Amino acid sequence: MEILIQQLFNGLTIGSVYSLVALGLTLVYGILHIPNFAHGALYMMGGYITLTMMTKYGLHYWIAIFISILAVGLLGVLMERFVFHPLREAPPIHDKIAAIGILLFLEAFAQFVWGAEFQSMPTPYGQVVEILGLTFTMQRLLIVIAAIVVMILLTLFLKKTYTGSTIIAMSQNREGANLVGINTNKVAMLTFMISGGLAAIAASLSAPINLVFPGMGQLVILKAFVIIILGGMGSVPGAILGGYILGFTESLGATYISNDYKDIIAFVLLVIILSVKPTGLFSKGGH
Amino acid sequence: MSKIQKIVILVLILFAIVFPLISNNDYFIHIMTLSFIWMIGVYGLNLLAGYTGYLSLAHAGFFAIGAYSLGLLTVKAEMNFWPALFLSLVITGVIGFFAGLISLRTKEHFFAIYTLCVGYIIYLVIDKWDSLTEGVRGLIGIPAPANIGPLAFETLQSHYYLVLFFLLLVVLIMYRIVHSLSGRTYIAIRNSEDLAQTIGISTMKNKLTVFVISTVIAGLSGALYASFVRFIGPDIGSIAIVFDFLTYLLVGGIGTLSGPIVGTLLIVVLSQRLQFLQDYRMLVFGPVLTLLIIFYPRGIVGAVAAWGQKRKTLVHNANIKVKNLPEKQVKEG
Repeated sequence: MEILIQQLFNGLTIGSVYSLVALGLTLVYGILHIPNFAHGALYMMGGYITLTMMTKYGLHYWIAIFISILAVGLLGVLMERFVFHPLREAPPIHDKIAAIGILLFLEAFAQFVWGAEFQSMPTPYGQVVEILGLTFTMQRLLIVIAAIVVMILLTLFLKKTYTGSTIIAMSQNREGANLVGINTNKVAMLTFMISGGLAAIAASLSAPINLVFPGMGQLVILKAFVIIILGGMGSVPGAILGGYILGFTESLGATYISNDYKDIIAFVLLVIILSVKPTGLFSKGGH
Repeated sequence: MSKIQKIVILVLILFAIVFPLISNNDYFIHIMTLSFIWMIGVYGLNLLAGYTGYLSLAHAGFFAIGAYSLGLLTVKAEMNFWPALFLSLVITGVIGFFAGLISLRTKEHFFAIYTLCVGYIIYLVIDKWDSLTEGVRGLIGIPAPANIGPLAFETLQSHYYLVLFFLLLVVLIMYRIVHSLSGRTYIAIRNSEDLAQTIGISTMKNKLTVFVISTVIAGLSGALYASFVRFIGPDIGSIAIVFDFLTYLLVGGIGTLSGPIVGTLLIVVLSQRLQFLQDYRMLVFGPVLTLLIIFYPRGIVGAVAAWGQKRKTLVHNANIKVKNLPEKQVKEG
């Protein structure tokens, strides 16, 4: 029983990280209808920037994360401006290849600047706390809580603010949004900014319990794709829900099925889903 | 095909044939053989992504299936090379058929993501299935191709000719496919699947045929790789390989017949030049890939072709202008 609860909590932790990454991916997909393969590289950059800020400049964890959010967000905006914006009329295969090019560049860049070795990130929240006879590390609790806070803030922003509704409007109908006077260029840039910021938060939160290395985004991004297909491409609640579902499935699968094959679970899940429903679960007609 | 094109192709083939005779450097021959093997794989990807418009990211997986099938059949089952080669193509084709059957129901982004995951599953299975594939230790001691009568393939030179033979065969098959009715059907599907369907093309059947052909060619490339390098590890199924294929294809020209040769040769030679960069070569090739797709989506071959076309129309227009001018003016100016 204790193992089960411990594993459920682990699932919650992993799921929170997945959800944050998937949220960024799904927002961009909703706006521009491109699967941003470079999103994993943004996640990786987020991890490295936070790490550098903490170890090299001795900044506090939270300040480092804040800088990382801004930097990766800016990187996202640059990507939108210089790559995806010129390609908006091109056939869909072009966006994907361009994104892969960025991904390859950023990974080589990280290896060039920070080296290929695995690095661990220090955290001020290494303590162990005991709740109801179960032990948790503070960092894991922090991940869960921070993720929920970020999700609530994001939802509020999208639903309650004017700027947020322009994002939703644009994801519903680009031409329509343009017609009612929404500056679609600005919204696209903003979306990439948020998407990069979310990736940076996810990476900075999870890095202390995982490790920082150039390929750290690869598996996460693949799983994030599984999640947004699970939850419906472009759907915000779908991404959150899908992230937690995958997190639980994985941590339970690792304990009760096989630890070796735990990474395969996500992909088998996806293969099954797409085999049954080629346009993904929860997809409504049209897009 | 125009006369000039025919001459160019003949000269290139002749050059490829005499290359090992004029170059005594084994290293160059080794590199050339490897790039021929990559070219075969890139042709496989080209037929699917370039001509039919379905970007498959699972091709490294099929490359690995071809390589591992051949490796396991020759090392563990101790089969002769040639039946093993045939069998490994069949295995790749069968797996490709089932993968295609499911994945081709999806479109565009879903297809790319789906195949990315299929490729990753293949990689993980090879990596984790220790008892069959030896896992991370890799498969060692794959024999060279067996003799056919008096023909032996023990030396580097003979291996070079063997791979060259397969490359030419693949190019010929591609040429025949692309210029046949089926080739035009595939291009029709790429340009608009809905339209293709309305004029009575069975898109699923055609797409599946392309997918299987394309995976078998990737498998052939993998099998040749295994017998040439003699050692394979799970890394050959990793996503990095499919990204390499894509880079070769895009630099050369996606959806063109000569693109895979131009792109692969150029990048492989450049990589040799940039060897000091090693792991960082993607610092150069990543942005190149992105810039190419923005400015020259059909690669070098496409850019050259467009330039030729433009010149032709310019000359043509100039001729028209001259013709339409009154005779007096032509004489004067």
